[in-house]
Amino acid sequence: MAITLSNVVKTVGGEPFLYDTSLSFEPQGFNVLLGATGSGKTTLIKLLAGLEKPTRGSIHYGDRDMTGVKPQRRNVSLVHQFFINYPNMTVYENIASPLRVARMSEAEVDRRVRETAELMKLTPMLQRNPSALSGGQQQRTALARAVVKESDLVLLDEPLANLDYKLREEMRDELPKLFAGRGATVVYATSEPGEALLLGGRTATMHEGRVTQFGKTEKLYREPADLTTARVFSDPPINAAQVHKQGAEIVLDDTIRWPAEGAIAQAADGDYYVGVRPHFVSPRRENNVTVELNGKVLVTELSGSESVAHFDLNGRPWVSQSHGVHSFKVGQSQAFYLDISGCLYFHPDGARVGA
Amino acid sequence: MATIALDKLRHSYMADPQAPEDWALKEVDINWSDGGAYALLGPSGCGKTTLLNIISGLVTPSEGRILFNGQDVTHLPPDQRNIAQVFQFPVIYDTMTVYDNLAFPLRNRRVDEAKVDRRVREISEMLELDDMIDRRAAGLSPDAKQKISMGRGLVRDDVNVIMFDEPLTVIDPHLKWKLRSKLKELHQRVGVTMIYVTHDQTEALTFADQVVVMQDGEVVQLGTPVDLFERPGHTFVGHFIGSPGMNVLPCDMRDGRAFFADTQVSIENGVQGLKGDERLELGVRPEFVRFADTGIPAEIIKVADTGRNQLVEARAQGQRINVLVPEGESVPSEGAHLMFDPNKTRVYANGWLVEG
Repeated sequence: MAITLSNVVKTVGGEPFLYDTSLSFEPQGFNVLLGATGSGKTTLIKLLAGLEKPTRGSIHYGDRDMTGVKPQRRNVSLVHQFFINYPNMTVYENIASPLRVARMSEAEVDRRVRETAELMKLTPMLQRNPSALSGGQQQRTALARAVVKESDLVLLDEPLANLDYKLREEMRDELPKLFAGRGATVVYATSEPGEALLLGGRTATMHEGRVTQFGKTEKLYREPADLTTARVFSDPPINAAQVHKQGAEIVLDDTIRWPAEGAIAQAADGDYYVGVRPHFVSPRRENNVTVELNGKVLVTELSGSESVAHFDLNGRPWVSQSHGVHSFKVGQSQAFYLDISGCLYFHPDGARVGA
Repeated sequence: MATIALDKLRHSYMADPQAPEDWALKEVDINWSDGGAYALLGPSGCGKTTLLNIISGLVTPSEGRILFNGQDVTHLPPDQRNIAQVFQFPVIYDTMTVYDNLAFPLRNRRVDEAKVDRRVREISEMLELDDMIDRRAAGLSPDAKQKISMGRGLVRDDVNVIMFDEPLTVIDPHLKWKLRSKLKELHQRVGVTMIYVTHDQTEALTFADQVVVMQDGEVVQLGTPVDLFERPGHTFVGHFIGSPGMNVLPCDMRDGRAFFADTQVSIENGVQGLKGDERLELGVRPEFVRFADTGIPAEIIKVADTGRNQLVEARAQGQRINVLVPEGESVPSEGAHLMFDPNKTRVYANGWLVEG
């Protein structure tokens, strides 16, 4: 069912945790809340679960007003970052526990537990205790409990944060498949832009207690409404710098110039911000229209299949992200090539040009 | 500072090891040069902590020797090996100031106060602890405490080796990259041999000039970050390093030529040395698979947008094959064929790269 927040505000001791927020999650949709620690994701999750009451505004499940309803009277499942299972029960009993609370018949419990275990690849572990399982299996057990009772709303608060990256990779791939066609509306909180993209669906970007934009995940990523949304949705951080538009040219730091293309071509001359995601800044000259940036390499990082270089460009930090494993010499000058097709432009107030 | 040699090390926690799986550490032979930055990388249970404990002297190996600068230290206790260690969790004195914490390992060895002061100021500046130098450690954030812990490891300039055991575990994800790069910079400045143990590929590859990848008590590859990406020595390395990892597919050899799904696949490595009874696999990373008009017929299961690329899940002969397609390039919906880059496709026998 659709989950709707209307003008929801949450303050704690006079301090705003969530500013006036109106959102509607589509029935059976997969929704992502994306933002850094402290951006309001967990507050929003708690409000949706009923663990916190909004200071103002209302929350509806379908057309039922749930604003003051206790969590146990809502058909909601919640999975945290820390895998919480009953340590003295088998995996089978862990998965069955929400059904037993609902006093379901034994035959129906058995059918549902086995079906969910199969889906979560836990069938061979049903008779073990959670402590005998790997971290990934423990988290799958916690997820199985959330899925088995066929809730209207499944809330997942950074469920993969404590798994190692290979497991995260697998689970990101599996999770949307697990929920597809199961009837629940899913809200998934994460601080990782890459995770939001792989999960797909719709995303709400959050920053300092505000939802900055809500819409289809790929669209938000490619066409952010403003610079804040673009910053939230970029890891490594998006390169942002003040530029000047002069006729058909964009000028950065008086000396670096490139043609004004796309929506900016029609805009008036004056000051703007350019936002460039790090993968549009490469140590290799590609086939596209590029501008050379001469930087001093500050820090480099290798992630296995990608290389990240932080460099200083006229006193400001820039980041390049490129495919493959490159070695850079820290402290040395290095040419980087900015692909201008990756430039997003923003007005001085932050709104994207052409949005 | 020292060269470190691990000479035919084996270790078992059992009294009478028989089967290969009884050994926590199968035979390990490594020579590390003086002043290098090294990493031990692998999933939990791979033997990296056992190896670290053998180097530090907390564990005596069942077989083999360990040499610092050519001198056998296999049976020396930890305190006589002249090493510094940084652990997962901060090991500091909460009641002492940051300054006294950093000075402790030096004062303990009766270093004169003038030198203590010089070293403490140098290290605190490098770690950006200088603005809290007179504060007591108790009230500091977990990452400041861990920086103090690292500083205590770095403050002595006479150690043979500094060892880091998953040192970024307690650090907030958003601060990790800063400390990762800080450690690399520190290594370049102090020039002491450092060994960094982790299960995180980014930490290992960012820090080390040479990475030892371990699995099931065995070293599966020892190489530079470029080697591990470009030419994985074992299918495990191909899978573990890179996101997503290397595709590993069953392979048939017919008259010295490699086949997958009844299609001949050109490979980079020679396969003359094969006996014929090995389990053969093809390894090719998703970045080196592309769509073509001919090749291996495949079905497209799913296309995910990673922002920079499209990650395509394809299926051929019941096998999943990941394909990384640059943004903007089209993905065929029907009648797709896959081609593997012949310079980046290799045959593996029983998991190991065939060097023919």
